[in-house]
Amino acid sequence: MKYYCYFPGCSAEATAVGLGVSVQAIAKSLDIELIELEDWTCCGSTPYGSLDKLESILIAARNLALAEKTGLDLVTPCPSCFLTLHQANLYLKEHPQLATQVNEALAVVNLIYHGGVQVRQLIEVLYHEVTPEVIASKVKLPLNGLKVAPYYGCQMVRPDYGFDNPESPQSLDRIVESLGAEAVPYPLKNRCCGGALIIPEEDLALGLIRKLLGNAAENGAQCITTVCPLCQMNLDAYQGSVNSKFKTNYNLPVLFTSQLIGLALGLDPISLGLNTNIVSPRKVLDSISKVMLEAKSGT
Amino acid sequence: MKSFMEEVAATPGGENIRACIQCGMCTGSCPAANKMEFPPRKIIAMIRAGMRDEVLSSNSMWYCLSCYMCTVRCPQDVKPTELAHALESLANQQGFRVKGTRTPAMYRSFVSSIKGNGRVHEVGIMLRYYLMTNPLAALKMWSQGLKLFVHKRMPLMPNKVKGKQDLAKIIQKFTEIRTT
Ligand code: SF4
Ligand code: SF4
Repeated sequence: MKYYCYFPGCSAEATAVGLGVSVQAIAKSLDIELIELEDWTCCGSTPYGSLDKLESILIAARNLALAEKTGLDLVTPCPSCFLTLHQANLYLKEHPQLATQVNEALAVVNLIYHGGVQVRQLIEVLYHEVTPEVIASKVKLPLNGLKVAPYYGCQMVRPDYGFDNPESPQSLDRIVESLGAEAVPYPLKNRCCGGALIIPEEDLALGLIRKLLGNAAENGAQCITTVCPLCQMNLDAYQGSVNSKFKTNYNLPVLFTSQLIGLALGLDPISLGLNTNIVSPRKVLDSISKVMLEAKSGT
Repeated sequence: MKSFMEEVAATPGGENIRACIQCGMCTGSCPAANKMEFPPRKIIAMIRAGMRDEVLSSNSMWYCLSCYMCTVRCPQDVKPTELAHALESLANQQGFRVKGTRTPAMYRSFVSSIKGNGRVHEVGIMLRYYLMTNPLAALKMWSQGLKLFVHKRMPLMPNKVKGKQDLAKIIQKFTEIRTT
């Protein structure tokens, strides 16, 4: 069993509750223990950083200081939280004067940050530490025949963290394959979904989402998988808006990668939060039960 | 007096602007370039030319999606994404009001929600945002919000976080002592 300090991020408790519950559900089966960081707040976030970068770093530093006390690596399933916490870590290292001021402010609540936390994203832990081979060895219901478009989006691989290639990433493809599913070619796999601008600039975002859905469909995908709460929300909850705006009829379930892994591990769909997906994941479940039936009748 | 270029370079995120060689790779990679009054390469040229008001009152940086494509492709490590954030913060601090984009209002609702609750609370953000921009447009969002609500993805009440008092205290202290 490996232990990590766990930072769920705000979405995993609300708009991406399916992410939060599925991550907790698969962790035990994969021999990792995620111990939730006590009293965490918002990571610091991109919109906050856009209005006031240093104050956003201060908020990140409070979370980092709390994590440092545990002595464990800080792991988050959310690429945006990862980016914010990771960048704050780097910025504080490069700007010692700022680090001093941040610590002076943290001292008011009896905290101090020495810069010692390693921030990681869960998908990187799954890829590098758990490894696709070990995941494959724990699969109970191989997702044979299921065609999946692995969607990386932006902040899982950019800016370049040295984890996966920012232009042509592969890690999600390998994880999808470790479940017995087929990762279809997906040329737009690392393009932007519009992110938070879905709210103020819906037209711009819907145009981008349409391209992503279209590219998955034309490559034969039956569903899409992503680790990012914002990407999942845009592709799933706004698929209906794309269909009405562009007169299309996409029907592509968008599963968190942790949900897909959970299904292959044989976990119950409700415990993976599949009831919170907006485009019904029925298609995916049907193809899995077909595999089960075939396996039974084959013996 | 500091030139606009120096002011940007002294803003967190704008540090590397001097290295730009105007190759245009950023603009060519940007999924929002055609929405921006001045796409990334051009805005850097304008900063160099000292066109302060034109730059800070433009909608350009508010269209940045933080996709970081420009950042990984820039041959000079200018980090145009960070630069966009730096321009957003300058425009915001100096009270520039931009026509034709509601993004600043959205970001401000977002930040006040975090300051108030310690965590992001979508319902609160949306209420603030639509009150600030266009209460009627909230009706359009209603069906979207309802979809999330019935799928248990839209809690009506914010989570109570003990850390939220901590946040207020450290932000207050930091505001007193920060030098940039
Ligand atoms: S890619 Fe970099 S060097 Fe080229 S124009 Fe953009 S910022 Fe300048
Ligand atoms: S990070 Fe912003 S400026 Fe850069 S390519 Fe993406 S949207 Fe354009």
